Amino acid sequence: MKTFGGPVLFLDRGDINTDEIIPAKYLTEITKEDLKPYILEDLKLPGFDPKGEKTKNARVIVSRANFGCGSSREHAPWVFEVNSITAVIAESFARIFRQNMFNCGMAAIELPAADLDQIFSHAGDKDATMSINIEAGTLTMSGGGVQKTFNFEISPFDKALVLAGGWVDYADQKY
Amino acid sequence: MGKTTAEKIFDAHLVNEPFPGTKVLRLDAVLCHEITTPIAIDDLIRRDKDRVFDPTKIKAVIDHVTPSKDTKTATQAKILRDWARRHDIKDFFDIGANGVCHALFPERGFIRPGYTVIMGDSHTCTHGAFGAYAAGIGTTDLEVGILKGVCAFRQPKTIKFNVTGTLPKGVYAKDVILHIIGKIGVNGATDRVMEFHGAVVDAMTMESRMTLCNMAIEAGGTSGICQPDMTTVEYLWPFIQDEFTSKEAALTDYSQWRADVDAEYDQTIEIDVTKLEPTITFGYKPDQVKTVSELTGTRLDQIYIGSCTNGRIEDLRIAAQILKGHKLAPNVRGILSPATPKIQQQAIHEGLIDIFMEAGFCVTNPTCGACLGMSNGVLAEGEVCASTTNRNFMGRMGKGGMVHLMSPATAAASAIEGKIADPRKYL
Repeated sequence: MKTFGGPVLFLDRGDINTDEIIPAKYLTEITKEDLKPYILEDLKLPGFDPKGEKTKNARVIVSRANFGCGSSREHAPWVFEVNSITAVIAESFARIFRQNMFNCGMAAIELPAADLDQIFSHAGDKDATMSINIEAGTLTMSGGGVQKTFNFEISPFDKALVLAGGWVDYADQKY
Repeated sequence: MGKTTAEKIFDAHLVNEPFPGTKVLRLDAVLCHEITTPIAIDDLIRRDKDRVFDPTKIKAVIDHVTPSKDTKTATQAKILRDWARRHDIKDFFDIGANGVCHALFPERGFIRPGYTVIMGDSHTCTHGAFGAYAAGIGTTDLEVGILKGVCAFRQPKTIKFNVTGTLPKGVYAKDVILHIIGKIGVNGATDRVMEFHGAVVDAMTMESRMTLCNMAIEAGGTSGICQPDMTTVEYLWPFIQDEFTSKEAALTDYSQWRADVDAEYDQTIEIDVTKLEPTITFGYKPDQVKTVSELTGTRLDQIYIGSCTNGRIEDLRIAAQILKGHKLAPNVRGILSPATPKIQQQAIHEGLIDIFMEAGFCVTNPTCGACLGMSNGVLAEGEVCASTTNRNFMGRMGKGGMVHLMSPATAAASAIEGKIADPRKYL
């Protein structure tokens, strides 16, 4: 199983799409590692620098609704994976992106909008860390002088994929 | 209680339910292209699992960047080509026979009512036009599909769209789907199937139905689905005439996949198209739409006609009808990419290519081309394109470029005037 948790990168906008996460022109790369420098290259947000320290240090992304919409490219989870970001927390996800995350043994965690509002208002513009317990379904945010724990649910299948480290070995054994 | 089309297909393809709410389905078609498949192939080789579940159910094409533009894209094409040969995948389409996957595979009769279809491409939802459940998936799901012929899905809920009224002059399937996306938003159908009903859809050609279903993903939908009927049978007849004694027999068989009248829907949305105007996107999300009247005169640099949304023969016919006898305005350039070689050849026979070329269009080979800014037709920073494609994300057609999504008719009228223009006055 992968490890989850660490410094947070806040992306305070809904509908962040896969072209913003990894532009199509890099889909000609044959290895995941080659994608590394291009993370979130086309995302334009106030105060956000795709090449900045916050992006480099991040282990968790916290964002808003419909994260990962657009293309089916698994390059989107991969560019996070090779940058050591293994979890994305958002109000909701586009279906293909969400399943790609779990298929890679990574976590796409949904929180209610009210919980995300709290997280953003306490720490959205500060340094924050997130600890995540997949088994227990809890995450704890520390930042802005506040520590707060939230509960989340992921489906039993998605949890099995995270524990197994991905879908390919699981499926080859069972089907 | 009756069932939706997707529910019927799920029941007929269920392998098991490993966890509550997760259903593993048997697949009828696994479609592959050279952008998302080579990494799956590479991973299967590294895992010592370089196998395919059934070479007759796997279809592959090189379409996104073709002919290859550099060493990297040539390598992607080579990996797919070598793999298809190694596993005796007969339905592999290389340069000369290749075209945009979501136009080429239906044209070859590979998609049938009741099928389960996956592809590592978000616009796989297009194939639901045939009454199939067709979903875009990522590379790992594709890998498992290739290896085992199965895919896991959540039981989908279905939104029924009842499209009624009369399509006005100059308004097409593209305008209808842009209008629907504008109405429900870019995540209005996330984890939902979009099932299209109503007299307007019943009267549509298969090409128009494919345009409609193609953009289901732009509202977050898993699959668009149209109800199989005689139009479906007529389209497929050249491929199925040995399977059925008559078209009526085929229709009877395919009708098993039609939604029951008492099927239960997550939501039913009524769309009356009678007063619909040509519809165009204005921002960087497909749900940001306005009518042509609101956007007339908007500055343009490039016109692009093609793609899995609108690169089919009827799209070329409509655009050519408007372009005939006209020239591109001097401030814009035009690119036409017919979606498949068959469409291109047909367009040559019908004299459509002459019309485009006389208007000043560049005609490329069939390819995904400018749509995703990977090969030809890329925009420079600050440039604006009137495009018949399906996605207007920032940077989609080139860093700093902007795309207005519209129908082929609106794109053709805009080509003549060099700015966004109303197609209705040319019809």
